[in-house]
Amino acid sequence: MNRDKLKSQLTNLGIHAILISGALFMVFPFAWMILGSLQTFHETTLGTFLPEQPMWSNYYDAIVAMNGAKPCVFDPAAPLDILTREKGCMIVRYFFNTMVMGLGTVLGVLTTGTLAGYAFARMNFPGRETLFKLLLATMMIPGELTLIPNYVFMVWFPTPESWIATALNLPNAEPHNWIDTYYALIIPWIATVFSIFLFRQFFRGIPNELFDAALLDGATHSRFLISVVLPLSKPVLITSALLTFLGSWNALMWPMLVTNSPEMRPIQVGLRSLITEAGTQTQLLLAGATVTIIPIIILYLFLQRWFVEGISNVGIRG
Amino acid sequence: MSEPATLVPHAQSAPPIRERVKYDWIAYLYLLPAILILVVFHILPAFYAFWISTQGGRIRAFRFIGADNYLNALQAPEFWGALLNTVWYVVGTVPINIALGLFIAYLLFQKIRGRGVYRVIYFMPHVISAVASAIVWAWVFNPTGGIANRLLGLLGLPEQKWLLESDGVFKLIGQGFGMDLPGWLSGPSLAFVSVMIFAVWQALGFDVIIFLAGLTNINAELYEAGKIDGANGWQLFRHITIPLLMPTIFFISIISIIGSFQAFNHIYTMNIAASQPLGGPLGTTRTVSIFMFDQLYSQQRAGYATAIAILLALIIFALTLVQFRFFERGGQENAQ
Repeated sequence: MNRDKLKSQLTNLGIHAILISGALFMVFPFAWMILGSLQTFHETTLGTFLPEQPMWSNYYDAIVAMNGAKPCVFDPAAPLDILTREKGCMIVRYFFNTMVMGLGTVLGVLTTGTLAGYAFARMNFPGRETLFKLLLATMMIPGELTLIPNYVFMVWFPTPESWIATALNLPNAEPHNWIDTYYALIIPWIATVFSIFLFRQFFRGIPNELFDAALLDGATHSRFLISVVLPLSKPVLITSALLTFLGSWNALMWPMLVTNSPEMRPIQVGLRSLITEAGTQTQLLLAGATVTIIPIIILYLFLQRWFVEGISNVGIRG
Repeated sequence: MSEPATLVPHAQSAPPIRERVKYDWIAYLYLLPAILILVVFHILPAFYAFWISTQGGRIRAFRFIGADNYLNALQAPEFWGALLNTVWYVVGTVPINIALGLFIAYLLFQKIRGRGVYRVIYFMPHVISAVASAIVWAWVFNPTGGIANRLLGLLGLPEQKWLLESDGVFKLIGQGFGMDLPGWLSGPSLAFVSVMIFAVWQALGFDVIIFLAGLTNINAELYEAGKIDGANGWQLFRHITIPLLMPTIFFISIISIIGSFQAFNHIYTMNIAASQPLGGPLGTTRTVSIFMFDQLYSQQRAGYATAIAILLALIIFALTLVQFRFFERGGQENAQ
């Protein structure tokens, strides 16, 4: 008995040893990044581990490099100036753009997903099954295929306000396309078949009795959706919001294509251009990278349960 | 698409009593926003792509050139090289990810203390953007001062150029043993293998989570029964875990293979962070996606890039069909 216990303890120890070395491999780039962001340029070329003296100024320098070598100023009298290129600080603008893009996309995905998911799960209309199957089939269209046509659309489409202005023949009206606008960063992404599918599956799990009771009380679909279904749907709302936000935060190819002016760049594109601007100044790049990942790491650590559950659901969907 | 097992049967279709059938015409209004967006930005573009692929010139000055883009792509050595590189990418990342992911998930599944913490750590790289992590990995592989060369130094091995090295890894290993391998045996470049290491690091946590979900679905009584029959740990793993996990393994392989064909961010960001041209050094990290993007972004050849995208989509489509076929069969087996 005692030998068995010893054996299982040794096995346990072995498992932990393997898992810890794996975990170190996962974490070491983060540690390496933070250590490197505090080194001098000379130290980064030597393979130094700990910097002799932490260079906190690297962070300032990285932010200034992102700002076109111009110091960042914050004027309390005109706080919104910080978002402009002339008087402000581009890294703030990049983060701002990412937030607008992320929150806008999340809001859109939740709205379209809830409505369509509810219709497919709870409403009775001709062509329901066919339409749903057609939608599922379009999941096979890879993003590569739609990338270039969508880019062409962005070049062609007029923005709503410029379109109205031209239609009304307003003075100085000039057609403006979607390039370098939030429309291009948000609108193409505010509906996904996957989130409709996720919402439909969840709504179908809500007991029919609740629905019948609400109908007897004379509730309409919209009432039922808002006052009964949505409060019950926190898990699917959070999962969907998190995965959408993460995708938006980390998006690179599309924002790179549809933004030319620095004012419209999200943070990932800003970081990508820092690589060009700061060149071989590794310590500045590392400082910039650290700044951009801190918000997402904090979000992840607070909400990790939802991330993991969301990903597990994605897998089970198969 | 097969339905998940968790679905609630009684909510499946129209109300049971025929007389009560009353259509909710307002449903179309509920569907409108989603359908509108999907049609304009997802379905229409897929058809429009075929038209663009027959066009030459820049976006604002398209002219019809028929099938020339396809012919040019299929005759371009770069295209076939990119396809070969994509296959190398699949071979170099997918099996390793699956083996490591399953291994770690299995260890975590052993009611290990601190499972939650391990899970959080293993998944962390997955939430980080490719740009930020590529900056760190490019430094790890930096020939001057990178940790990779320091590790080689500790092991008494010669330093390498990593992301700047266009020579194949098998050739480099062969040289280490004093052999001179022929060109066709030299394998993917060391630069490309470095990108693969980076990609494995970032994707591993995803596989671990999916495998953990798969393992949780296996009935614990099966293991109890196996233990009573005197099976050891390896036998339990080999004869219970692996067969029952086959659908998950297949699912991960297919989405990883499709993901490899779409791989762009990792390669692009590593190229940039190592000051290499897109697909460099010497085109040895050029995959189909990279080739397509380069033609669109740097060369401004939208029609040509779209033709490449369609060829890529055909490959992905074939792989997806394999996946659906498999899952339809799996679903029927489960139902029996």
